[in-house]
Amino acid sequence: MAIDDLAKKAAEGSGSEIRYLSQLDIDTQSLKKFCRFRKYGIKYVDYKDPKFLMQFINEQGKILPRRYTGTSLKYQRKVATAIKRARHLALMPYIGDQLK
Amino acid sequence: MTHYETVFILTPVLSDTQVEEAVKKVEDFLKDSKAEIVEQEDWGLKKLAYPIQNKRNGFYHLVEFKSDDHNLVSALELMFKRDERVIRYLTVKLDKHAIDWAEKRRLKLKTEKTNA
Repeated sequence: MAIDDLAKKAAEGSGSEIRYLSQLDIDTQSLKKFCRFRKYGIKYVDYKDPKFLMQFINEQGKILPRRYTGTSLKYQRKVATAIKRARHLALMPYIGDQLK
Repeated sequence: MTHYETVFILTPVLSDTQVEEAVKKVEDFLKDSKAEIVEQEDWGLKKLAYPIQNKRNGFYHLVEFKSDDHNLVSALELMFKRDERVIRYLTVKLDKHAIDWAEKRRLKLKTEKTNA
């Protein structure tokens, strides 16, 4: 097959033999993070609810940074305080092993 | 009136009547100092996330109250400190969102009780 034919085919758009001339349609953007407190209108972070607060700690019981959870700064501060209060009342552990 | 909420943990070695006595002491103290008790909750014997004074369980109690007295909280905490039955306590001031939350929580608990 001559090179002219290939060029013609590519122009037609059938593109079975010449691949990847056009841009690949791969979705590389991950899901946009969002602050769940703002989205669902939660105004107060309750320290008495350890099950909910478990979402904001890692396996060792450390508080996750907001770059992982997507929480806004205002609520990250409240989450941190709530977790610290829950730890004081032994509702949550200070240190843990394989909490999840 | 400032809204406060206090949670305290009693040692698991107490009998039921002794627990009632300890809770009553707190209630009486609040009443004597003219605080208005909004809510009193008994969470029962719960497992602690880590041992406190070599104890793995504790009786959790929550009291929500209103008061104008600024010295009340320090006096209350001093009482907790002196009381050997109390192994842990926490008093927090509630802001307006927290008060809303507490009211919702109360309603939820009530409906759960009536359904159960």
